[in-house]
Amino acid sequence: MTETKTSENRPTETRNGVIGRPIDRIDAPLKVRGDATYAYENALDGTAYGYILGAAVAKGRIAEIDTDEAEGAPAVLLVMTHRNAPAQPDFGPAVTPTVREVFTRARPVLNSERVRYYDEPVALVVAETFEAARAAAGLIRVRYDEEPGLYDLPARVADAYAPKRTNAGFETDSVVGDFESAFAAAPVKIDATYRTPFEHHNPMEPHATLAAWSGNELTIHTSAQTLANFRAGVASTLRIPPERVRIVSPFIGGGFGSKLIAHADTILAALAAQVLQRPVKIALTRQQMFANAGHRAEMIQQVRLGADTDGRLNGIAHDVWSATSSFEEYCEQTAVFARSLYAAPNRLTRHRLVPLDINRGEWMRSPGEAPGMLAFECAMDELAERLGLDPIELRIRNEPTRDPERGVPFSTRNLVACMEDGARRFGWERRNPTPGRTREGRKLIGHGMAAAIRPNYIGAATARVAIDRDGRVTARLDMTDIGTGSYTILTQIAAEGLGVPISSVKVELGDSRFPRTAGSGGSWGAASAGSALHNACNALKERILEAARSSEASPLRGANATEASFADSEVRVGQRSASLADLIRRIAPDGFEAEGSVAAGAATESYKAYSQHSYGAHFAEVAVDCDTGEIRMRRMLAVMGAGRILNVKTARSQIIGGMTWGIGAALMEQTVLDPRHGHFVNHDLAEYHVPINGDVPEMEVVFLEEHDDKANPFGAKGLGELGVCGAGAAVANAIYNATGVRVREFPITLDKVLPALPVIAI
Amino acid sequence: MQSFTYERAASAEQAAAAVADRPDAKFISGGTNLLDLMKLEIERPAHLVDVSRLPLNRIEETAEGGLRIGAQVRNSDLAADQRVRSRYPMLSQALLAGASGQIRNKASTSGNLLQRTRCPYFYDRNMPCNKREPGAGCAAFQGFNRMHAVLGASEACIAVHPSDMAVAMSGLDARIETISPGGETRTIPIGDFHRLPGAMPHVETVLGHGEMIAAVTLPLPPPGRQVYRKVRDRASYAFALVSVAAIVEKSGDRVQSARIAMGGVAAKPWRATEAERMLAGAAASNGAFTDAAEAALDGAIGHGGNDFKIPLAKRTMRHTLAAAVESA
Ligand SMILES: Cc1cc2nc3c(=O)[nH]c(=O)nc-3n(C[C@H](O)[C@H](O)[C@H](O)COP(=O)(O)OP(=O)(O)OC[C@H]3O[C@@H](n4cnc5c(N)ncnc54)[C@H](O)[C@@H]3O)c2cc1C
Ligand code: SF4
Repeated sequence: MTETKTSENRPTETRNGVIGRPIDRIDAPLKVRGDATYAYENALDGTAYGYILGAAVAKGRIAEIDTDEAEGAPAVLLVMTHRNAPAQPDFGPAVTPTVREVFTRARPVLNSERVRYYDEPVALVVAETFEAARAAAGLIRVRYDEEPGLYDLPARVADAYAPKRTNAGFETDSVVGDFESAFAAAPVKIDATYRTPFEHHNPMEPHATLAAWSGNELTIHTSAQTLANFRAGVASTLRIPPERVRIVSPFIGGGFGSKLIAHADTILAALAAQVLQRPVKIALTRQQMFANAGHRAEMIQQVRLGADTDGRLNGIAHDVWSATSSFEEYCEQTAVFARSLYAAPNRLTRHRLVPLDINRGEWMRSPGEAPGMLAFECAMDELAERLGLDPIELRIRNEPTRDPERGVPFSTRNLVACMEDGARRFGWERRNPTPGRTREGRKLIGHGMAAAIRPNYIGAATARVAIDRDGRVTARLDMTDIGTGSYTILTQIAAEGLGVPISSVKVELGDSRFPRTAGSGGSWGAASAGSALHNACNALKERILEAARSSEASPLRGANATEASFADSEVRVGQRSASLADLIRRIAPDGFEAEGSVAAGAATESYKAYSQHSYGAHFAEVAVDCDTGEIRMRRMLAVMGAGRILNVKTARSQIIGGMTWGIGAALMEQTVLDPRHGHFVNHDLAEYHVPINGDVPEMEVVFLEEHDDKANPFGAKGLGELGVCGAGAAVANAIYNATGVRVREFPITLDKVLPALPVIAI
Repeated sequence: MQSFTYERAASAEQAAAAVADRPDAKFISGGTNLLDLMKLEIERPAHLVDVSRLPLNRIEETAEGGLRIGAQVRNSDLAADQRVRSRYPMLSQALLAGASGQIRNKASTSGNLLQRTRCPYFYDRNMPCNKREPGAGCAAFQGFNRMHAVLGASEACIAVHPSDMAVAMSGLDARIETISPGGETRTIPIGDFHRLPGAMPHVETVLGHGEMIAAVTLPLPPPGRQVYRKVRDRASYAFALVSVAAIVEKSGDRVQSARIAMGGVAAKPWRATEAERMLAGAAASNGAFTDAAEAALDGAIGHGGNDFKIPLAKRTMRHTLAAAVESA
């Protein structure tokens, strides 16, 4: 693994060498000891326990709901249904007026007799114990007037509509040149349609909340990725000012995008706690998470590529038809990456939606790129084969010099370097380009690659940093650590910035009372919160210096050299220096505090002037069993160009996690929506498969040395989700190379390759 | 989950009597299947009789040269037993191919035999399921039935029995010893133990209410090499799409005798008797194995989502037979 080093003298940095170091996760000891308290583990005196009963039908209305028996059951405190739930605002329109309101809108629960999706909450039982609540929930009798619903995407493509925008506010369509004519005239063409299934985030920790009121102030211990939005959503649903809601979420057992907004556990815990005047705790069950905590929608994706015989693309088109909810639109930005990836004069990307009677989709593990690149990067592989060209060479021939649709330059773009470096390390030249030819015993071996691209998002963020008389530093921000390493890299940024050891820094996250950040999502966390903290450290240093130069008690009084530095727990001004702790004790016995901020990326000049993305190249080797069709990974490699790496260890963990999701998407992840009943059939972890240890091969991750000075002060870019972008396509392309079977319907389970496998004599 | 009363049985007879006394009572052993089903209210026993602490946790030699496995022997212990590993290797392989280390540490021999199907509609109380609610209909028949049966199913139910252990035991001609409330015992050949669904998929075995499994006996290991091959959707921790347990005895270039059981294809471990008959005395060849596999799946019926299991089972069987003779 190459380590990115802080080598050059950059004006905005000190050179203490803490950033980039592969230090262990700061929170790891707490987690392995079981001392990190997760939402449902919080204990408050007098806590009551809730259990949610979900609808037995996917569409209709509640004709009758009989709660008598449940209310009379032992230890039951409250049975809440739409008849007695506190008033909440109506759900509102399917599309919010602004992108931001997607995160902050009211999402009422138990608000109507309408059932909009299977397992939608129809009742909440609160009791003295969890067991009593669950038992009583089983005693509620509901009669539904069921209505026929729509659950079949492929059958309803003709009814698709064009949304006003995609998720994250991208244009629904993009058109450059005249794709149709270029495609018609292209000497070499690929027109391939892929299908990607419903998928579920399935974090280990379920969605869980402990809500407690004190007067008219509400405290919510929960598992949330972005606290400010979460708080706004809770406040608008409860119709109270956000200032009266406090969200506490210091540890999160995974989110993957499913914990950006409040779900039924939070809203119902808050409502029940209000009615009962007691703290109330609710968790979604694993089964309930499938209907009630978001999903990635099923999609049909058509990719058309037209090229000349040299492999230069004349036209690129990526059309996406996705399922969406009938009552709340979610349009994953599946084709958006294709606007920046390869050069071609004629281009077309379009997103279309088919409303179904299901719950809304939510942001899942690299929204857009994850399903989009799964299809598109396979189509590139198909084109390479059609042209008789190496897949890497095809991509190099279509490497753009500027962003192909925006026309602006790239901030940094090391895609070609990633592919070339990866090819060398992986031994790509030994791959047999003819599929189905490499056999080891009764196994077919294949190699595949794919490119990775992921936009660099920066969200507005503020951080506060304080130093006390002992030189101890405390940083506070409402950022979260969803298992990604936020605690660790923020500690490194503060230690680097103030020139103190890591052990002197304490980072406190996950409390909405702390300064607001964009939280964790879209891989923007490290760069956004990190930049804010970096700026806060700079502001703090200025305050310290100012006082050091002027204060009577200061050993540096009168030092007027302009050059000052903070390193090794010392402050140096010109030739004079003083211990940081000693200095603070003398000049400010109460310590100092300062704040720093960054603006949202989209608002900055550099964001407008440059196309900012992280890039990478994925390589995969698979073995396919000729007798059974079982597909197993043998090795994977990712080479990434993602700006400066803040901590090589946590960064690597992020990437291998993403690659693992790539394996999942390629080989096994799929939730089946029953087209008759509208429910997700395989709604538990025994039937919804994610890769387990045995499925994950040796993985190598390499970070190219890169510093993106357009991105932010320390040159880092979003990284977390880059690992999944294209990873699944590399696996799929390897399967094709192994077997000669091109499966365009994901996941590639053994039944889809088996019919084409040779029956080798024994 | 509904509340229930719980007692710990002091003896096998008492346990059997305690369950027989109440129609709503059930045995509980490791609980890895029953508790999951109770949480979802698919099983709603009002009384549990815990048999996990009964002294039925030994593996003993039998006079005929086999092993008698107490009903409470844990799956992990059974798989690790030296005698099982050397004399019944495919049983050990099958156990280790099932579930996860944690579950195997809890799961008992009796509970494994009696674990219920993983049909996802059976697991969702809002879906019609004849097994859960006789007469309600079968949601899987025209639904998502990728995991379902291709042999011995009925229109009433196409669920499979999910056990790996039972498939190996079937190939080994295991016998199940039970004890009834009055103290009387009986021995049931494993082939007669599970029932095919017919019109009554909710009746899954020949056990009477209150009849308790005390042990499983394995006869003298048959000659020949044993192989258990499980085909699944991921490398571990997944139920079998298809599995094959095979014991092939070879003499020279010919098959002397063969025993073959299949998992993942029916509501019970499926003995491929016709294939066994064809192989006895046949050449140990690609052709003979292919023909045997064809015969084993004769009459198999797919239901859409699980059509692939028929060719998959054939290919897996052919290959497993070959693997068994390779070093026999
Ligand atoms: C996630 C998961 C994955 C799994 N994967 C696999 C797999 O790949 N392959 C596989 O084979 N299995 C698998 N299993 C199933 C596992 O093997 C069973 O749950 C286990 O064997 C059941 O044993 P137990 O002792 O816990 O039974 P329990 O849950 O205690 O009991 C099961 C049933 O047996 C009855 N019973 C128990 N003991 C007796 C007795 N002595 N006499 C009469 N009745 C009795 C009980 O009343 C109950 O009806 C998996 C389970 C889980 C949860
Ligand atoms: S296959 Fe059997 S268990 Fe599954 S739904 Fe049908 S009847 Fe129920």
